[in-house]
Amino acid sequence: MSCFRLENVSYRYDKALVLNGIDLRLEPGEVLGLFGHNGAGKTTSIKLILGLMAPSQGKVSVLDGEAGDPKISQSIGYLPENVMFYPQLTGREILAHFARLKGANLRQVPELLGQVGLDDAMDTRVKTYSKGMRQRLGLAQALLGKPRLLMLDEPTVGLDPVATADLYRLLRTLRNEGTGIVLCSHVLPGVEPYIDRAAILTDGSLKAVGDLTSLRRQANMPITLSLEPETSVAALEAVVNNAQASAGLMMRRDNGRLHVDVRSTEKMALVKTLLASDEVRDLNIYQPTLEDVYVHFIGSGGLAHRGGAQ
Amino acid sequence: MNSIWTIARKELSDSLRNRWLIAIALVFATLAVGIAWFGAAASGQVGYASTPATIASLASLGIFLIPLIALLLAYDAIVGEEEGGTLLLLMTYPLSRAQLLFGKFLGHGLTLALATLIGFGVAGVAIALLVEDVAVGALAVAMLRFIISTTLLGWSFISLAYVVSVRVGEKPVAAGLALAIWFFFVLIFDLLLLGTLVASQGEFNPDLLPWLLLLNPTDIYRLLNIVAFSDGGQLSGVLSLGADLPIGPTGLWLALVLWFVIPLIGAWALFRRRRI
Repeated sequence: MSCFRLENVSYRYDKALVLNGIDLRLEPGEVLGLFGHNGAGKTTSIKLILGLMAPSQGKVSVLDGEAGDPKISQSIGYLPENVMFYPQLTGREILAHFARLKGANLRQVPELLGQVGLDDAMDTRVKTYSKGMRQRLGLAQALLGKPRLLMLDEPTVGLDPVATADLYRLLRTLRNEGTGIVLCSHVLPGVEPYIDRAAILTDGSLKAVGDLTSLRRQANMPITLSLEPETSVAALEAVVNNAQASAGLMMRRDNGRLHVDVRSTEKMALVKTLLASDEVRDLNIYQPTLEDVYVHFIGSGGLAHRGGAQ
Repeated sequence: MNSIWTIARKELSDSLRNRWLIAIALVFATLAVGIAWFGAAASGQVGYASTPATIASLASLGIFLIPLIALLLAYDAIVGEEEGGTLLLLMTYPLSRAQLLFGKFLGHGLTLALATLIGFGVAGVAIALLVEDVAVGALAVAMLRFIISTTLLGWSFISLAYVVSVRVGEKPVAAGLALAIWFFFVLIFDLLLLGTLVASQGEFNPDLLPWLLLLNPTDIYRLLNIVAFSDGGQLSGVLSLGADLPIGPTGLWLALVLWFVIPLIGAWALFRRRRI
């Protein structure tokens, strides 16, 4: 059973092709990062999975059923970006309202509020909540009824570092219990350690999907070696230039260190040469981060896409 | 059904929380008592005039007030959820659009029904207790008929408010259109009808004319509460056309019921097509 499966899904709105032939799936116990600029089709994909709208073409199946089927919706938890609630109600009243709608046990309400750290504020009206508190209430709402598919849009917005770490710990537990999780986030470096696979969308098309290792391979991006010289940067440069695999290597000096960009296939040969030399006092290896890979796939013009990953 | 009741229950508790229910009930009770005792003050008489006169005065006032209250209560039912950012979240729950809309209707409808029952009920009891030689049986029947028809009139305007609320994208637009609906049915419609009568110089099909009154729920409401006491002698203006209506009180009740059922179904049909 897949948590969801999009097969050759396209969506048109007013003649504009918002999604174009998307194939994507999520298995139980897996965390998928969904990244893309504004208007890339991320929200549309989520709405299709939630059954809020039907695809113009292709097939969407969720938890082996049809998206939007009430029985299926009962097993989905969703945290929208900028989640809002009824300001005149307390946290407890809101969660109880949503628990009733989901057919979840009302005993879950105080439990979940405690789990997200709102014990002391559960009987306070939501209009007095900070953004972070609202976000936590949103998360508690998404966890009602033990969902088998959890979709979180910007879950860390407004959370302090401790609350963010708590959130990721919680998500890891849920993942290990078999929940499939979709994470959309702006903050790529923060999310990197917690996702199993990433899907990168641009202009309605899926540019790349896979775990970070395979994305790095697909991107064929260089690895950076950061070297601290024993005597001088110039001497170190000479060592690198003399290495067998040095043809076409990019080198730059920075703060008394030498940075060398090398292809992954040539990395070990160069490292061996460097280690055999007396000119290297220290060596750090930097793999391309999720952010680097993301920028590679969406190409330059991030601002033209109205502000980076979303 | 559970989901419908969950939505209704929230609307009802909102009305209690923000004192809407109690405020409407208070307004109704004050008006009813005031009209019962001081309704005939213009003719130099203070004190309870008669049950038919009191009901007729209340109904005349009701056609202004009830639609306005109902529209105010309901105009932001859907557009307010969308502006507040909760509509999208609600729709990801096991809750169909029909359940959300009918749940809202149940909540708003109960609020108005309870306020009407409490407000006018209290006034009815006060009249029965304080006025000597009032025929309590006749008063009870008249009050019950008045309370039920007032509730139905309110429900029809709640449904009309939903038609607006599911269609527009912003709350101020919904409020403006709700006021336009009030203006049309309460102030403009009868003038239009009179204008048509005069302009047609008797050419208009006389069999068709009385039926036009059924196109306005406030006219049906007035007919129900005034015709019940007389043979049409008290009817004035366009309402005198009502005396020629061949459908009787049952038909009028049915028409008033249809006035909340049809717009409600219409609102649901429009809501189904709304993009969320």
